[in-house]
Amino acid sequence: MMNNEMSVSAAKSAVKNPTIETTGLNFYYGNFLGLKNVNLKIHEKKVTAFIGPSGCGKSTLLRTFNRMYDLYPGQRAEGKIMYGGRNILDQGQDVNMLRAKVGMVFQKPTPFPMSVYDNIAFGVRLYENLPKGEMDERVEWALNKAALWGEVKDKLNKSGLSLSGGQQQRLCIARGVAVKPDVLLLDEPTSALDPISTAKIEELIDELKQDYTIAIVTHNMQQAARCSDYTAYMYLGELMEFGETDQIFMNPGRKETQDYITGRFG
Amino acid sequence: MITDRIADPLNPVYRRRLWVHRIGITLSFAAMAVGLLFLLWILATLLIKGGGALSISMFTQTTPAPGSDGGGLSNAIVGSLMLVGLATAISTPIGILAGIYLAEYGEQSWLAKVTRFVTDIMLSAPSIVIGLFIYAIYVAQAKHFSGWAGTFAISLIAIPVVVRTTDNMLRLVPNSLLEAAFALGAPRWKVATMVRLRAVKAGVMTGALLALARISGETAPLLFTALNNQFFSTNMNAPLANLPVVIYQFAMSPYDNWRSLAWGAALLVTFSVLALNILSRALFNQKIQN
Repeated sequence: MMNNEMSVSAAKSAVKNPTIETTGLNFYYGNFLGLKNVNLKIHEKKVTAFIGPSGCGKSTLLRTFNRMYDLYPGQRAEGKIMYGGRNILDQGQDVNMLRAKVGMVFQKPTPFPMSVYDNIAFGVRLYENLPKGEMDERVEWALNKAALWGEVKDKLNKSGLSLSGGQQQRLCIARGVAVKPDVLLLDEPTSALDPISTAKIEELIDELKQDYTIAIVTHNMQQAARCSDYTAYMYLGELMEFGETDQIFMNPGRKETQDYITGRFG
Repeated sequence: MITDRIADPLNPVYRRRLWVHRIGITLSFAAMAVGLLFLLWILATLLIKGGGALSISMFTQTTPAPGSDGGGLSNAIVGSLMLVGLATAISTPIGILAGIYLAEYGEQSWLAKVTRFVTDIMLSAPSIVIGLFIYAIYVAQAKHFSGWAGTFAISLIAIPVVVRTTDNMLRLVPNSLLEAAFALGAPRWKVATMVRLRAVKAGVMTGALLALARISGETAPLLFTALNNQFFSTNMNAPLANLPVVIYQFAMSPYDNWRSLAWGAALLVTFSVLALNILSRALFNQKIQN
């Protein structure tokens, strides 16, 4: 226990400019405690990876940052999540405004049933009234950011559903980027993709962290090692270890973390 | 050795399964043949008896007076189109909106649960009951049969069909797609209309078309409401001629030309319903392929 406290606090001090900071965060699915007293800082414009076995609470934690759980009655969070100088768990928090700033990409590609162009413009139109020319520029910009422009520039009027799986996922990233958020939450964004698409998306993550704070949930250890700056290891709803990725992978503070990373889990 | 026994064509487990398969296939083919036989029989009878009545005058002349020669169905065709068209215009938006309400709020609110229950009852309620209901609350008060009364009666039959298909279709939309829209900060009504409804547009349209097909042939509710009109009329506040009631009255009449027109009307109604069904199927399949 001592060891745990120390390794977490040592790493905490490494995060100098947190975009998001959770304090005493508990999360409930009905009566079930899904997250237990999570204290964590997410560094500005860095990639933070969340690893751990299925059901450990990684996705649950990610879904508190944009209050996605609000959609489901019976799910609730307690404690504090500071973002932009306020606790986003407060009743007064406008969740739509929060989600405009904290974007999310999901495990399975989720293109909307509309054209490639409208998929990108959908989110932008929610907050901005852009003239046609500027909207065209924004769509191109977002698709470029997601390294998809070259592949779809002649198919902007085709249905988003007509793209391949990897393209669809990059379309979803472009859609998230188009509204110019601060934070991007990626919930296992490559688990449904082939290795080539996965590589493209990892390159993209590296590119995007220049402008955005990124939190990514992944089951792929190599992915966490390759593309994150910080890594959080979670187990049974608890944050077991947190620190710079190099340190977590080279010299983890806890045996459980090492067992998980090296595949000797359980 | 084990593999040999499994691959043995005399393997008793395999042979038993083969027989179950053969019996099952035979029974289902027989069931299909019975269904298809009667359907084709009906269509053939209609084509033979109704085909003879098909002529230009059927579309240009009005229903004949008792004892007079010739005549057509123009007033009934126009009346039916008006009834079914207006009923569709009323029931489709109401049905779709109610379906959205059920899919969006169906889990939590008691009102949605009650609505879904009542809709299911309405779906299987005998249509003559709907006709009597409109007769009691509208026709009896206004003291005359009318096109509007007929429209309301068949709208009441169409609405539950549209509600149920819309609700069912919307429930097929995966949560992940809705979450993706919410994750952009879209308000609920926008997610419901621009993403959820759009994702199953073809299915919802199919429901509306099937409701249209259903009410095209309804007779009982019209007997108590729109009744019939021997003359050409587009006045919705007066009795309105329509194909189902013409079939009902003419088929049992002693006049040859009336009976022939009844067959012609039956042919028209049946083949429009068939066309609507094929259209809705084509629409739905096209969507599946995309």
